[in-house]
Amino acid sequence: MSGERRTRVIRTDHLARVEGEGAMYVRLNGDVVEEVKLRIYEPPRFFEALLRGRAFTEAPDITARICGICPVAYQMSAVRAMEDACGVAIEEGPLRDLRRLLYCGEWIESHTLHVYMLHAPDFLGYAGAVEMAREHRGIVEQGLQMKKAGNALLALVGGREVHPINVRVGGFYRVPTQAQLRTLRDPLQQALETALATVRWAAALPFPDVECSPELLALRDPDGYPIDRGRIVSDRGLEFAPSEFDAHVQEEHVEYSNALHARLVGRGTYLTGPLARYALASRQLRAPAARAAREAGLQDVCRNPFQSIVVRAVELVQACDEALALIDAYVEPDAPAVTVTPRRAVGHGATEAPRGLLYHRYEIDEDGTILDASIVPPTSQNQLAIEEDLRAVVQGGLELSDEQLSLRCEQSIRNHDPCISCATHFLTLTVERV
Amino acid sequence: MSAAPMQTLAVWKFSSCDGCQLSLLDCEDELLLLADRLQISYFLEATSAQVKGPYDISIVEGSITTPHDAQRIHEVRASSRALICIGACATAGGIQALRNFGDVEQFTRVVYATPDYISTLATSTPISAHVPVDFELNGCPINKHQLLEVIAAHLARRRPRVRAHSVCVECKRRGTVCVMVASGTPCLGPVTHAGCGAICPAYDRGCYGCYGPMETPNTPAMSARMAQLGSEEVDLVRIYRTYNAGARAFREAGEAHEAPGAGAREAGEP
Repeated sequence: MSGERRTRVIRTDHLARVEGEGAMYVRLNGDVVEEVKLRIYEPPRFFEALLRGRAFTEAPDITARICGICPVAYQMSAVRAMEDACGVAIEEGPLRDLRRLLYCGEWIESHTLHVYMLHAPDFLGYAGAVEMAREHRGIVEQGLQMKKAGNALLALVGGREVHPINVRVGGFYRVPTQAQLRTLRDPLQQALETALATVRWAAALPFPDVECSPELLALRDPDGYPIDRGRIVSDRGLEFAPSEFDAHVQEEHVEYSNALHARLVGRGTYLTGPLARYALASRQLRAPAARAAREAGLQDVCRNPFQSIVVRAVELVQACDEALALIDAYVEPDAPAVTVTPRRAVGHGATEAPRGLLYHRYEIDEDGTILDASIVPPTSQNQLAIEEDLRAVVQGGLELSDEQLSLRCEQSIRNHDPCISCATHFLTLTVERV
Repeated sequence: MSAAPMQTLAVWKFSSCDGCQLSLLDCEDELLLLADRLQISYFLEATSAQVKGPYDISIVEGSITTPHDAQRIHEVRASSRALICIGACATAGGIQALRNFGDVEQFTRVVYATPDYISTLATSTPISAHVPVDFELNGCPINKHQLLEVIAAHLARRRPRVRAHSVCVECKRRGTVCVMVASGTPCLGPVTHAGCGAICPAYDRGCYGCYGPMETPNTPAMSARMAQLGSEEVDLVRIYRTYNAGARAFREAGEAHEAPGAGAREAGEP
């Protein structure tokens, strides 16, 4: 045995192809991983504080600005929470269907961005999608066209792609006509074909044989694959209502990160997002997505974070297929919104952002003024699970050079599509070998 | 054959939501053509490849909210021939500039259990408050077609065709019936910078000013009209104080309707 142990530090100070600003730091002492940090240094923007004193009707527009990649998720959790506070429930009919349709648009746009532009270059060995396009132009172009279909849906139903303007507490400002929605059928049908091809293509990528172990947490909607509502369930038997979120999830502020770390009380690290949704709801996928998953060789549960690209592609099939079904079944509602009258109350809203569970809680006054706001985005919930992955990847990759190990670590962070803008309301990578 | 070297583009992020730089990736039909015509030398959200500066064009998203970023923006300026600010955060401080009107220490306590871990400035300020800028493209978020025009103009070294008139002109062009005249809906369109294409009124909603103030806005007349339509003082403060709260015309209009005693922190705007 040697008396000297070698310290290695693997670090990336500015993580690329993630949304927002973050860093990674890993320190090894000999063969022992001593420290792993996903450091989020994106400057804090204090949304929960600046919401105080605003009108309850402003929450969907203001919270959309937390994230330019998934603004609809913020809008949907916000309107659900405000409607919950005011005793209004939009659980069926065209307004709920339109919300789900708009959300499908965001899943298509966001998942395609991740699969094609942020994640695929890792598997094929390119710095980014533009570099990848020099040798795989057709693939990148097909991804861009699928993304465009998602954006077209966002633009029609939401008014625009980034920070849609048409969502309000109670419904919408203006609802589309059947004829307008039908103009989306052809691009979405094409997107569905592309999504099916994407599942086949992604399934054939080379994956390291790894499994992650955290408890998986997602919404459960008895009526379908979870997007816009449901109780919160885990693969280990936990179940609670969104209103009980605070009792089950504990947020901790650590020195190295501007994002709070979340844990399940008395249980520990958990993971939300595509792997969790798929594990808990794969049996609720519509037929085309279920068939695509089976043909891709996915079991009912997939715990390999690298294969999340396949699961995202399956969810792309689901979102395109469901959007088409919603369009075909759409009947214009009598009014674009229901009346929501404020009252002194607390409301909770939880929906499935593309990256995972997004929880909002508001306390409002009788005139609708926001007294208190609390927002828990998916990336802060997933931080600890991402650090666990990093630890496993480093421990399993000791034979790799620092450069290879660093790349593997970055990739394992990107597996979870972290949205750092969300989590601070980002990322740099450092691996230290001691 | 020796072609002239391609001009280089860098995309920088400060405090923001990523939505404006995403607009570049949202140019699904143009992105690869653009990449054929200029070299994307630094764009962390899209690529891990990084080419050292100087850069012909730097696109800057986000506002300055930390001591480190107040330093970093000078480095970006020094390495850029043209510096273009995109979006309300970079041009006006963004929604996070609402802290300029409150007590930032109190803000930190609301969000973080251990405020000592957070390094932040008391204000969120636009890029122009720190370094000279060559162009500002308004919007929360920006319009991707305008972004392409601004990039094309800078490549050709001409002025971008971006109009500074009000949203009203865009409603007229679009053929949208005025929501304020026809249905009494309070609308910031008359004082708001064009560029979005007048989306909100086309969806039966009043403009909420996310493109910031137009050139020479008459905010007193705007406020008076909205008051006639039923907006109370608190509503007027709120409507001016959103994504462009730090832009001078909207900041002053908001202050004009604020309860005495409340005041904005000096935001460092020229």
